[in-house]
Amino acid sequence: MANYEAVIGLEVHVQLRTRSKMFTRVPTGYGQPENTLTDPTVLALPGALPVMNRAALDAIIKAGLMLGCEIAPVCKWDRKNYFYPDSPKNYQISQYDQPICLGGAVEIELPGSARNVMGEHKHIPLTRIHLEEDVGKCTHGASDSLVDYNRAGTPLMEIVSEPALHSGEEAYAYLTALRAAMVQGDISECDMEKGQMRCDANISIRPVGSTELGTKVELKNLNSISYVRAGIDHEIKRQIALLESGGVIVQETRDYDGLTGASQSLRTKEMAHDYRYFPDPDLMPVRVDEAWKARLRATCPELPFDRQRRFFADYALPYTLTSVLVWDKPLADYFEEAVKLAGAQRAQPIGNWIVNDLLRELKAGGAGGAGGLSLSEVRVRPEHIAELVELVESGKLLSQAAKEVFAEMFATGESPAVVAEKRGLLAEPADASELEAWCRAAIAENEKAAAEFRAGKESAINGLKGPVMKASRGKANPKEVDATLRRLLAG
Amino acid sequence: MSTATSAPSALAPLHSQTIAELSARLVRGELSAVELTKAVIERTRAVEPQVKAFNSFDEADALAQAAASDVRRAAGEALGPLDGIPIGLKDVIAVRDQPLTASSRMLANFVSPYDATVTERLKNAGAVLWGRLNLDEFAMGSSTENSATQTTRNPWDLACVPGGSSGGSAAAVAAGQAIATLGSDTGGSIRQPAAFCGVVGLKPSYGLVSRYGLIAFASSLDQIGPFTRTVEDAALLLQAIAGHDARDSTSFNTQIPDYRAALAQAGKPSAWKLGVPKEYFGEGIDAEVSAAVERAIEFYRAQGCEIVEVSLPHTRYCLDVYYVLATAEASSNLARYDGIRYGHRAQGASDIVDLYFKSRAEGFGEEVKRRIILGTYVLSSGYYDAYYLRAQKVRRLVTQDFLNAYAKVDALITPTVPAPAFKVGAKADPLALYLCDIYTIGANLAGLPAISLPCGFTAGGLPIGLQLIGQPFGEAALLRIAQAYETAHDWHRRVPAL
Repeated sequence: MANYEAVIGLEVHVQLRTRSKMFTRVPTGYGQPENTLTDPTVLALPGALPVMNRAALDAIIKAGLMLGCEIAPVCKWDRKNYFYPDSPKNYQISQYDQPICLGGAVEIELPGSARNVMGEHKHIPLTRIHLEEDVGKCTHGASDSLVDYNRAGTPLMEIVSEPALHSGEEAYAYLTALRAAMVQGDISECDMEKGQMRCDANISIRPVGSTELGTKVELKNLNSISYVRAGIDHEIKRQIALLESGGVIVQETRDYDGLTGASQSLRTKEMAHDYRYFPDPDLMPVRVDEAWKARLRATCPELPFDRQRRFFADYALPYTLTSVLVWDKPLADYFEEAVKLAGAQRAQPIGNWIVNDLLRELKAGGAGGAGGLSLSEVRVRPEHIAELVELVESGKLLSQAAKEVFAEMFATGESPAVVAEKRGLLAEPADASELEAWCRAAIAENEKAAAEFRAGKESAINGLKGPVMKASRGKANPKEVDATLRRLLAG
Repeated sequence: MSTATSAPSALAPLHSQTIAELSARLVRGELSAVELTKAVIERTRAVEPQVKAFNSFDEADALAQAAASDVRRAAGEALGPLDGIPIGLKDVIAVRDQPLTASSRMLANFVSPYDATVTERLKNAGAVLWGRLNLDEFAMGSSTENSATQTTRNPWDLACVPGGSSGGSAAAVAAGQAIATLGSDTGGSIRQPAAFCGVVGLKPSYGLVSRYGLIAFASSLDQIGPFTRTVEDAALLLQAIAGHDARDSTSFNTQIPDYRAALAQAGKPSAWKLGVPKEYFGEGIDAEVSAAVERAIEFYRAQGCEIVEVSLPHTRYCLDVYYVLATAEASSNLARYDGIRYGHRAQGASDIVDLYFKSRAEGFGEEVKRRIILGTYVLSSGYYDAYYLRAQKVRRLVTQDFLNAYAKVDALITPTVPAPAFKVGAKADPLALYLCDIYTIGANLAGLPAISLPCGFTAGGLPIGLQLIGQPFGEAALLRIAQAYETAHDWHRRVPAL
């Protein structure tokens, strides 16, 4: 078993988030009554013609720029000919020999040794990304089948990786990273349940050390990222077992059932289609010039891993915080807004508040508790977080009191200073002589701690702060207490 | 030159007058659109049993359109020269709520839910849309013998074919069953039947007229164009349908000149250079056709035109290139006719593949199947480079031949077809039939405008067509050159004795 290496290439289809379809003005949509998002072009009525939707080309070029692809100077269209009822023209408009995006890579992170340890990073090279139109949907009954063309003609990009992945875990990491990039770039919502992102995997195995590729099996219908991981691992095991028992792997397409964890053959290579690709004479090639690319480049967001590296460098954030923030663009933007107000030196406490407290409240769904709020629905704004951190850092608010302030601020949307003031939680600017008296009393009553501190035991000072705070009924400014004690002990 | 059957226009029956003449009478209030439409309907009823030009017509609908035209005119809101003029459409051009059959069993019961762009434009010009005209099934053929509906007859000799594929459109104009019609031309499907039926047929430059709503045969070659009695009428009809359309990506965004005004400008034949491509006068050309075209060339020379012999060396490959490219595109374009969403669906199919096989086997005729098979073959894995890709390269050479010629001349002058109309059933061999298109295909491959106009009759009384091929988007100049011939001759004034 340990003598084999799996080689995996993924073909990921991502629906582009455009208002209208790829080749007509009919709107895109999900969950509408059957065959309502149609027109002569979608239904391939006699005489209907396609006209390219520029927004779809924008989206794929942006995706290509984000993933470091080379953008072809001309967008050319081909027909992929095959008969199936979900394809109204019985050909699909696609890109064959000149995809709009070539090369590029998806950076992935494999699981670390522990949850708080960053895992290994890899760059999975891409072969190409091309644009095509989605097909409709068939529903098969006992004696007949129904077709819904609402999805037909939705812009779809196919992202083809090199055979450079080696496990279900890597595929999982690849899809996670790819999905985050596409969602953050506003290119697709990538909701796999709605079919906005779909994945086929080409899997082969070979003896470790071999450079030749084994016979590949295509795995289809992997309709969640977890199923992709499970399906690939299942297929690798199946192929190894087959070879070990003296069998031969045949080139075929298999259907993986995520519920049962089993796969079955759909068709073998002999039944493969000859798609008879040729340039679509109904569509003129479209030139993509530097200005077009520059306009889209300006709209590309920073990729999550790039942002994570910047968070390490600029804010010295720990891995655990960054690995939550960077995968959620609105949350990371929120974080950076707060940091901009409070200063980079306060980034970590800001991150803690957001990742620990804010996210917990979001998940709880606030007062209603009805399961999840989105960041945009929340009344706590980045300036509130910044102010809260400033209050704590300056010693005006104790951590314990700050928790209380946060909860109320989340509920009411009032600023932390107002909440703290209202609840009497702010540290009072103590009278200097009164504070000194409390400190002197504490030193006198705790000779042992005072002696230990003077002898160099730094932590012994904490034994003196407690009594001072107690004497002040919690309202002394901890920073002032610390400074006063040190002055007196040194004197 | 016999003029025995020609009649002075003012005395001609309404149904055989021109758009220009009828429009002037409508404007003067001497005639109503309803009267005119009734005359065309009556004429159609009278001769249709012999000519068989129509797949269907809707008299009530036409009369309603005519009545609406009269109301507009009475209100002073007439829409232009086509307002109230009955114009027939080849049955591959979509008209909302009218049948659209492509003369195929496959679409025998299909009614279009939408208008083609040209239909929309004719409606906007006030034309009375009249009838669905017969063709070779899916525009594949040169005689209408491939129609699943019927074979249209040549009004000049009912034993002969009208040509094709737009045979119904040509015959209807010749027989007075419409004042003008639209056809489509992929390899000669407007010009060849125009020549056979003695009418004017214009194939515009590729991209001048929107293909949206035209049932596709070969997308890179198809163009819609007019059949008329005169060059001026062709200009009027072209004016209405030409121009950029956002629904057709291959439609060319160019300024459309005023074609009729261009005709009115005094032409200077002495300034024209006409090219005679030597490859178009070789073997296989009928002696009477050759003589008639020679006389036309002499006419132009006599007018002061410079006549230059030119060479289009790749002409001999045109037919081969055409049958590779056109069938390849057709095999894909016709894939949508599968019996799933509309059109003929076979009964008793056992599964989806069986349903495809049976529906298409029953729905398509022999020639359509032959071309789908040929086109599927040339696109197949392993053959693509040898056929499709090579044909595309040769197409570029063919185009370059024309552009080289246009460095020296303004237009080319050729026969439209090597021979006059043949008898129904005379060309059973598809290859013999394909040769009909030998002079017309070049303009399609190169995307050039080309017009056929009558230039004489055979001893047997069959019309002969003269073809003029113009420069890309040079329709205005082409029409002017054609009209110079037409005004000096009266072939176009002759009407068949039906």
